[in-house]
Amino acid sequence: MAWKDDSQGLFVEISVEVNGVSHTHDVEPRTLLVHYIREVVGLTGTNIGCDTSSCGACTIHVNGEAVKSCTMLAVQADGQSLKTIEGLADGDEMHPMQKAFMECHALQCGYCTPGMVMASVSLLEEVPDPTEAQVREGLEGNLCRCTGYHNIVKAVLSAAEIPVSVGGGQ
Amino acid sequence: MIPVAFDYERAGSAAEALAMLAEHGDEAKLLAGGHSLLPMMKLRLAYPSVLIDIGRLDDLSYVRDAGDHLAIGALTKHRQIETSDLVQEHAPLLAHTTSQVGDPQVRHRGTIGGSLAHADSAADHPATLLSMGGSVVVSGTSGERVVPATELFAGFLESSLEPTEMITEVRIPKYTGSGWSFQKLNRRAQDWAIVGVSAQRVNGSAQVALVNMHPTPIRATAVEEALESGASASDAADLAHVGMEPSSDLNASVEFRQHLARVLVKRALDEAGLG
Repeated sequence: MAWKDDSQGLFVEISVEVNGVSHTHDVEPRTLLVHYIREVVGLTGTNIGCDTSSCGACTIHVNGEAVKSCTMLAVQADGQSLKTIEGLADGDEMHPMQKAFMECHALQCGYCTPGMVMASVSLLEEVPDPTEAQVREGLEGNLCRCTGYHNIVKAVLSAAEIPVSVGGGQ
Repeated sequence: MIPVAFDYERAGSAAEALAMLAEHGDEAKLLAGGHSLLPMMKLRLAYPSVLIDIGRLDDLSYVRDAGDHLAIGALTKHRQIETSDLVQEHAPLLAHTTSQVGDPQVRHRGTIGGSLAHADSAADHPATLLSMGGSVVVSGTSGERVVPATELFAGFLESSLEPTEMITEVRIPKYTGSGWSFQKLNRRAQDWAIVGVSAQRVNGSAQVALVNMHPTPIRATAVEEALESGASASDAADLAHVGMEPSSDLNASVEFRQHLARVLVKRALDEAGLG
């Protein structure tokens, strides 16, 4: 399935669906999925943070589940359905989670936000009616260095249409 | 961080993966979920020249009731294990430990077979398998063999598998309802344990295994023997560091790890009702 290009080394052809659009490209096997999404597909909403599968800034959905795209090879995504932050909105209509983040001011610098939103959508798919503790545990794979967790938790509970009674402070 | 270039092959079956391993030998590594291997390749601590992708072998992803034990396919993802009704009923320690591995994103990709084959002393699953008295089915070109957890971990990040073998199944004796506990201390929720303890009563005896206290995942035999001869949980836990060679790193000195082992073993024995 792979072939050598004398000038550029080994390449593999992959086909992926990203936000409902099919893409076919030749990639080096060592190409990380996040680099493929940003540099080949051209969708730069997915950020690279720590690059060590700790921070979650690069979180996308693979077949509906949140994964860290810095710790997956593009070739592993061959034939899979991907969703990135750009694919959440329905036209001009923001996804309920995006609206909730906006309304709860669940971000400061915004760098972790695409990953936070993607992880939060995946969390509610698995736990539609979470407690505050389940939200905090469910987002353990995403770090916010502005320490904005308080409003992020409020946003996720709000998107789940759970009355927010989160106490004050961080 | 980008791995060193490698050749990529995708196996369509376990037999095909074994044939590829036989062809490439120790130049090749198996790629399952990739959540142990890829970080090491990105840091260039590992640089296999061939990756054999077994991530699509769906017939090795299952949890089955096999009578006296659960049979779990090597490629079963952590998320499937932590949410499996069978695992929650018959191996509650495994269900709980699995829910503590990494974070949700990691558990969506990482596999139990990959975690065990990686043989990392700091990982949660190897110690859990040791304390549950589990085993793995290992396949090679010449057939299958069953390797008990006590014979699986050979050295630092080194299993006893031959380069041409792969784990195909994990076997967990069914829980008999007499106490278990998993304890770990880490700085952030998703971090590896600075020290961890997995404990369960198996066939009437306490089995206690330690995370990140030795170059390999390891049973705390001094603790187990003390309990066997009637020591209290407190006295037995005081022996948690005996025979261990923990490392010193940014998170903890040797002395602190020894202290943590004693404290966490005591907590585990108390929670599990052992000793």
